[in-house]
Amino acid sequence: MNSYSLEINNLSKNFGRRLIFRDINYTIRKNTVLGISGNNGSGKSTFMKIVAGVLSPNKGEIVHSINGIKIVDNELFNYIGFVSPYLVLYEEFSAEENLKIFSKIRGIKFNSEYSKELFEKLNLFNRRKEFVKNYSSGMKQRLKYIFALLHQPELLLLDEPTSNLDSEGKEAVYYIIEKFSEHKTVIIASNEEQDLKYCKELIKLENYK
Amino acid sequence: MYWKILLFVLMVFVSIAGITFPIVDKPSAWYEFPFIPGLGENAKIIFFHVPTAWLTVIAFLMSCIYGFRYLRNKNLNDDVKAYVANQLGIVFCILATVTGAVWAKFAWGAFWSWDPRQTSIFALLLIYGAWFALRSSIESEEKRATLSSVYSIIAFVTVPFFIFIMPRIMTGLHPGSADDETSGPIVNFKMNENMLLIFFISLIAFTILYFWMWYIGYKSILLKEKLQKNY
Amino acid sequence: MLEKSYNIFIKDLKSELRTRYAINSLVMFILVAISVILFSIGNEKIQPELTAGLYWVVIFFSAMSGLSRAFVSEEERGTTLTLHLIASPDTILSGKILFNLTLTFFINVIITFVYAAFFEGFVIKNFVLFLVTFIFGNIGLAVSSTIIASIIAKAGSKGTLYPVLSFPILLPLILSCVQLTIFCFDGTSIDTHFYELAIVVSYDVIMITVSYLLFDFIWKE
Repeated sequence: MNSYSLEINNLSKNFGRRLIFRDINYTIRKNTVLGISGNNGSGKSTFMKIVAGVLSPNKGEIVHSINGIKIVDNELFNYIGFVSPYLVLYEEFSAEENLKIFSKIRGIKFNSEYSKELFEKLNLFNRRKEFVKNYSSGMKQRLKYIFALLHQPELLLLDEPTSNLDSEGKEAVYYIIEKFSEHKTVIIASNEEQDLKYCKELIKLENYK
Repeated sequence: MYWKILLFVLMVFVSIAGITFPIVDKPSAWYEFPFIPGLGENAKIIFFHVPTAWLTVIAFLMSCIYGFRYLRNKNLNDDVKAYVANQLGIVFCILATVTGAVWAKFAWGAFWSWDPRQTSIFALLLIYGAWFALRSSIESEEKRATLSSVYSIIAFVTVPFFIFIMPRIMTGLHPGSADDETSGPIVNFKMNENMLLIFFISLIAFTILYFWMWYIGYKSILLKEKLQKNY
Repeated sequence: MLEKSYNIFIKDLKSELRTRYAINSLVMFILVAISVILFSIGNEKIQPELTAGLYWVVIFFSAMSGLSRAFVSEEERGTTLTLHLIASPDTILSGKILFNLTLTFFINVIITFVYAAFFEGFVIKNFVLFLVTFIFGNIGLAVSSTIIASIIAKAGSKGTLYPVLSFPILLPLILSCVQLTIFCFDGTSIDTHFYELAIVVSYDVIMITVSYLLFDFIWKE
């Protein structure tokens, strides 16, 4: 079992003159669900993007380590699963094609059993060969979970995890969060009460202005 | 303070000397220039044209260096310095192109003939223009600084191709191209001593002027930003 | 890493074949551009130097028409984030360069055939020299266009900005290639032109190096 750890040191971000947040310090234990709360526009998505390595902070750093060794920025992507409302998959391909191509680009073998399992769990198995452009927003959201989990990452980053989902979809997501956090780490950014209930720790972004 | 006075004196001397010193066949006094066949009175433009070309290249070099520094340190002050250097650079580039075209009209008969050096200065003008166009299309400060820095470096890398290679392989009208047996009056130091002296004074004076303008330019922008922040 | 980049290229290729956005409009653009030139020339005879220049002009504008798509389409559809999450910057750049290389060769082969068919001055006497010029010229064109495309994808007014930024960068390459093409028409042997070929090859090497060094800064915000 790999031991993954995440350290956030003096993290600060501003866009131009506008301060988003300042001096966030945190060490995240394993097997936990960390919640990031804040109103709309408080910087939750910005924070998640910085943790995912997609956006650079102005000050401070995020250190992802596995077995004590720091993970290099350019190799981070295979350790992270990311779901967010603004994530877009390729609409001209089918759901399954998207995932197969992504596996090839990641450089890992396409795990067809696990893929089948995930499709079934998220109730998309019968529609896996349809083009994503014909998917409803709820279906797209569920597909994003398959995208985030298929390569078996160490860290799951969920921005607005239950957006666009019906109650069945929400249950599936909560189940995923619980299962995943048994052995690995989940970070949730949300302002839904129900989502934040699943979090064992909480960072309130208002405190870091 | 004193160097500003010195600069003023130098520039005045160069301007007067460059324009008014007579050109005679056999220079005897210290303020007389020799007659260069084919150029005549127009030779005096060398005191103004070459420094502007020299400065536009210096400005471009500075833009690239500060761009490089910005990419390393992400300090927006470096971006400001690069910006001011580019502003001066494009001004001097326009001046160099225009003075060059004027000289070309007198010396070769046409304002523009796609001589390699003319093409190069025009390409530099295009690079400056493109740099400003790029900047004006990006709103976010940091993205603007990053992308402009990257473009400066890419453009700088293509510049050696112009300056060193093209004039050599293509025939041209400029002194120092493949056609001309000499490598031009400057490099050979065949230029008469009086002219050489005025020329170098001009070069130094213009360079000091450039750095002074650059310094004032970037300081004033930094000051403006500070004031806006406090307000 | 080569395999991963290859798969990015395959993804773009499959996407392109499925939607045919770029290919159709590009081929039409080539035909329109060449037609305009042919109409303007009418029945006049034009010298080889002019033909060579016009040839590379059409190549340049076709490249400007088609090569920005590699990055701009990702940015416009919002899939830049997706790419971030599945590959490192080097892999992405390699994949995109591979795609643009293929596209460049494809359109330039078409342009070459059309020119050979319709322009009387376009007679290649030294085929080896032409092939070498064509290959290395296209590599330089594709690489430079790709890195500039990645820059403008992050800026506004992408369409008009692309030729503005690319032209100064490509100018040394285009000038050298025009020269070499004229030599091809003359039929002089390849030995006398090593100097110009060296310029083109070193341009390619330098642009590839600079692209990989700088892409990280462009890609990560």
